[in-house]
Amino acid sequence: MQHIRAHVLVCGGTACKSSGSQKVRDAFARYLEEYKLQDEVMLVETGCHGFCEHGPLVIVYPEGTFYCRVTADDVKEIVEQHLYKGRIVERLLYREPLTQEQVPNYDEIGFYKKQHRIVLANCGEIDPENVGEYIAVGGYEALGKALTQMSPEQVVEEVKKSGLRGRGGGGFPTGLKWQFAKASVSDKKYVICNADEGDPGAFMDRSVLEGDPHRVLEGMAICGYAIGADEGYIYVRAEYPLAIKRLRVAIAQAEEAGLLGRNIFGSGFDFTIHIKEGAGAFVCGEETALMASIEGKRGMPRPRPPFPAVSGLWGKPTNINNVETFANVAQIINNGAEWYSRFGTEKSKGTKVFALTGKINNTGLAEVPMGITMREIIYDIGGGITNGKKFKAVQIGGPSGGCLPESMLDLPVDYDSLIAAGAMMGSGGLVVMDEDTCMVDVAKFFLTFTQSESCGKCTPCREGTKRMLEILTRITEGEGREGDIELLESLAENIKATALCGLGQSAPNPVLSTLRYFRHEYEEHIKNKRCPAGACEKMLSYIIGDDCKGCTKCARNCPVQAISGAVKQKHVIDQSKCIKCGACMAGCPFKAITKG
Amino acid sequence: MTTINLTINGQPVQAPAGTSILEAARQAGIYIPTLCYHPELRPEGACRLCMVEASGSRGLAAACVYPVAEGMVVKTNTAKVREARRTVVELLLTNHPKDCLCCQKSGDCELQKIAADLGVRKLRFEGGEKKSHAIDDSNPSLVRDQEKCVLCGRCIRMCRDVQGMDVYSFARRGFNTIVTPAFGLGLGQAACSLCGQCSTVCPTAAIVEKDDTDKVWDALSDPDKFVIVQTAPSVRVALGEELALPSGSVVTGKMVAALKQLGFDKVFDTDFSADLTIMEEGHEFLHRLQNGGVLPMITSCSPGWVNMIELKYPELLPHLSTAKSPQGMFGAIAKTYFAQKAGIDPAKIVSVSVMPCTAKKAEAARPQLCDSGYRDVDIVITTRELGRMIRSAGIDFAALAEADFDSPLGYGTGAGVIFGTTGGVMEAALRTVADVVAGQSLPKVEYHEVRGMEETREATLNIVGTEVKIAVVHTLAAAKKMLERIKAGEADYHFIEVMACPGGCIGGGGQPVPVDASVRRLRREALFGCDEASIIRKSHENPDIIALYKEFLGEPLGEKAHHLLHTTYQAQRR
Amino acid sequence: MKSLADLHALRDKLKSDLKLRKESGTKIIIGMGTCGIAAGAREVMAAVLDELARRHLTDVQVQQTGCIGMCDKEVLLDVLRPGEARITYGNVKPEDVSKIIANHVVNGNIVEEMVVGKIENK
Repeated sequence: MQHIRAHVLVCGGTACKSSGSQKVRDAFARYLEEYKLQDEVMLVETGCHGFCEHGPLVIVYPEGTFYCRVTADDVKEIVEQHLYKGRIVERLLYREPLTQEQVPNYDEIGFYKKQHRIVLANCGEIDPENVGEYIAVGGYEALGKALTQMSPEQVVEEVKKSGLRGRGGGGFPTGLKWQFAKASVSDKKYVICNADEGDPGAFMDRSVLEGDPHRVLEGMAICGYAIGADEGYIYVRAEYPLAIKRLRVAIAQAEEAGLLGRNIFGSGFDFTIHIKEGAGAFVCGEETALMASIEGKRGMPRPRPPFPAVSGLWGKPTNINNVETFANVAQIINNGAEWYSRFGTEKSKGTKVFALTGKINNTGLAEVPMGITMREIIYDIGGGITNGKKFKAVQIGGPSGGCLPESMLDLPVDYDSLIAAGAMMGSGGLVVMDEDTCMVDVAKFFLTFTQSESCGKCTPCREGTKRMLEILTRITEGEGREGDIELLESLAENIKATALCGLGQSAPNPVLSTLRYFRHEYEEHIKNKRCPAGACEKMLSYIIGDDCKGCTKCARNCPVQAISGAVKQKHVIDQSKCIKCGACMAGCPFKAITKG
Repeated sequence: MTTINLTINGQPVQAPAGTSILEAARQAGIYIPTLCYHPELRPEGACRLCMVEASGSRGLAAACVYPVAEGMVVKTNTAKVREARRTVVELLLTNHPKDCLCCQKSGDCELQKIAADLGVRKLRFEGGEKKSHAIDDSNPSLVRDQEKCVLCGRCIRMCRDVQGMDVYSFARRGFNTIVTPAFGLGLGQAACSLCGQCSTVCPTAAIVEKDDTDKVWDALSDPDKFVIVQTAPSVRVALGEELALPSGSVVTGKMVAALKQLGFDKVFDTDFSADLTIMEEGHEFLHRLQNGGVLPMITSCSPGWVNMIELKYPELLPHLSTAKSPQGMFGAIAKTYFAQKAGIDPAKIVSVSVMPCTAKKAEAARPQLCDSGYRDVDIVITTRELGRMIRSAGIDFAALAEADFDSPLGYGTGAGVIFGTTGGVMEAALRTVADVVAGQSLPKVEYHEVRGMEETREATLNIVGTEVKIAVVHTLAAAKKMLERIKAGEADYHFIEVMACPGGCIGGGGQPVPVDASVRRLRREALFGCDEASIIRKSHENPDIIALYKEFLGEPLGEKAHHLLHTTYQAQRR
Repeated sequence: MKSLADLHALRDKLKSDLKLRKESGTKIIIGMGTCGIAAGAREVMAAVLDELARRHLTDVQVQQTGCIGMCDKEVLLDVLRPGEARITYGNVKPEDVSKIIANHVVNGNIVEEMVVGKIENK
């Protein structure tokens, strides 16, 4: 056997694959052979590292050198310089956005430095399609420990003591949920993993499933043992083909190794896991709708109680947690509740993975201890706002969440502080917005989403969000009326109080939080027919200024003949004809046209 | 069962564990408005009208689905509750046509009543998008106007859970959500039995019976037409509800008087042809029993049921009795025997029937029902439509003096009248079959073995030394289960009665609304009261039936009877 | 897999494959500048890898480095044991590799006659 002296880890997450990591991997295979390094350098395809903005990512060990935005054309250089000659290819290193400083090593990058990776510990570090690598880093140790050294009561107790709360949004204490399911007496129980990640911009669950599927399987099996279930379902959206493929491989390998199936670790405990593909309806992330969908029915929520712990899938007691929640379980069992509860705040223990998107330099996945401030996430990890613009708001919690302004940047990020601030943890999507973003428009965006994703069952959500959306639309189109804000508030409060499921109850949050922090923007739209951010197209007008040389280009570019003027004379836009397409401004050689 | 103590509006209330707040409140006489809730359907908690404040619930609780808990404090009439309910109604009305004054359901509409009760005076969201759909009148029985649909889902649950037909489902999402048969088909194209149960639970006019009253008015005002009417057994015990009388009122005489005032030339009774049905069906049963015919034989007088078996179990059609329904037999006899006897050109006769049933409208349109040489029954109206006609004619129903049916098709026995309830056809048949087998009039009249309201009942009877195993089934879901048992060879019955609707015709799809088990019980007791009050209680002893066979038909199952009174079935492919 | 012990056995066997991705024990660093390669660094590297494999020294990392300015003493090979000084050997030939690994890497005895530099661990 040859001594392997270096590992080349090529990210095989969905984001990196879509930016060409497959070609990078193939190029490595070719050049390693060309330089006769194939026996001393191991090529590994991993899951997501979370730093998707900079993908495809390549990490070379033992140095831990972190190469960003690698293309197939760069591979020859990495092989020749780094792997053959030991010289780091500096031009491919990550640069800190604020300092432009090159950082060769993975763990010294600002994006990673403040992170604490429990859930994502293995993502990007191991080959997700090789159960051996998971075992090598301590995988299935927790399942073995639970099955052979702990009673189900002890497992539930440990999870309770850890303070772990549901990572899917609601933040319900996981151990308590398990205890309820355990307490239900039934000949059959189920464990469901909710992998119907649907918040716009959130992809942490996908990354875990793609990068470390066994961790989720292990968490589910431990849960099955704890509550007395022998069968589990993973409800995963069909839009996640890579996650589904890796889950299938993982389940097959775990069964092959005897880590799933009958009599696991000789303990007499049986556990099998099925994959159920969902069609990606947002409401199917709601647990009762999700179960209806598994049963083959239309994905519509039903009222609770009865809770799934009493009557869930096919009427049997069921425990349902999301991917990230299950991904925490093995570590809690391995290291103990006390270890786990050292991370986080008093009421929000552990870490949380956030998906950073929007006008932020380092988009990607960041796992941080609960209680970290929004400012640390956005500036220290996220590298600040793109193009040097000013921060305006951060939207957290997806369509159920809210927008927080600059004054809330030092808010500790935990379940309860976020609720108090009018937002919510949700699944952890963070959309950062800069000064060019109109907050009414943002509220409209989320309402459009919830309205089209509403299942249509209950009146407030089906009809109420529609009317809210109509009011928001008219405000952004300059048709807002006196009293619209009060109407929105009244409707929002009623929908919150009366909607059937979490989707409807939280649908008004984006409106309420923007009204709370950015009320003046609504008022500007309504009273002065002006969008302060200059984002609402219908409220803008294009004006030709004195720099106009009368070149006639704008008049020729205008698709609706709204611009007139003689040659070498200043031109004029007929505002009644203008459709605000912006073609005139884009084409003006003298930058004489402004919008405002 | 554990008893739970709670307070509602400060009033101490006790309820069994598992009771919803709504049920507990209603038992305590506290009214909470509802729309998607129906006492006979599984609650869904969808409309959010029944919101209450309940300790232990985050936000408001939907009373119809929220279970009571020990020590719970419920408030059903706070400012927050009132505002929430009004907002829900306001949202529904905003997306609803405002043609209440000329709506078929005006006065019977639950949405209209709730809006009035809650005092919704202003619609703050007017001017937005409204749903827009074409009306579905693709079948003779029912009309669907989706613009009036409030998406309560009661029709879906009724059709799926009670009738087992599962025609309707929700489709699309959000504001665009609709209730629809699969693929957006009309009811005329979907595999629908047309039983009309959906129309009895629809709170608005989104599903209504097809209104044929104008056709009747036209016939009545045409001097060249001789307009006759038959009234089904169960109409007399339900019509009163349409006219402000309590449930269970027997209004036979007033109904006849009203029909005469409306201008019908002859008012006849379907009870008469129900007796005729027993003659044919009873003899058919004996014939099958004695000659190795297909058994179990199943009754065929419920057209919703006939549609169901033709749609879903055509391979079992040989089990259906070939005897026409009472409506069908009446139609054939009216334009032959009666026309001859009265000397009226059958071409001038307009034969109207008043039925508890929407499927009867479709039955009358079957091509098989033209054995008189004409369409045997021309117009079918439901109990609800007759109620509207009487109201529109300004007749003071309660004050009417009772009148008698006309002869010769106006006399029915007690056996004929109980056709209107589940088990009634079976009991009527047994009364005749036993006498026929015994060759004499036996003292036994009532067969309590087949009475009851369980969806499936069975009994083994000794009919003059012969063991006869019978079953009685109502609701199409129960019928489906029975057919599955027959297919599996697990149903060794000789004779089965099936009625499509809950409780039989007394709970028919064309009967007055609202209806629930207690209303059906009152109608049913009223029918048995009619039977008990009858002097003649066996079909074969009806003198007019005896005369009909003697003067016109000859023998039961004879050639003429076969031609006029029996029919054929065929698979429906929809 | 029948028991937790089976899992542990498998894990211990597989763990070595991934050691490279964690901080670990002794490092051998080979000068791979143009001068080093010209002097036979690749051959020395091959010898190192063979020797490590032969001795199953799975937790020894092999790294390369560029030219450090003592080109006439290439091939340069550093041994860095945890907590000890970084020792640089000069003029290393493939046949020296076995001796360096046996004495220094395994047993901690520096092969003094080949040492050309020493950096104390701080």
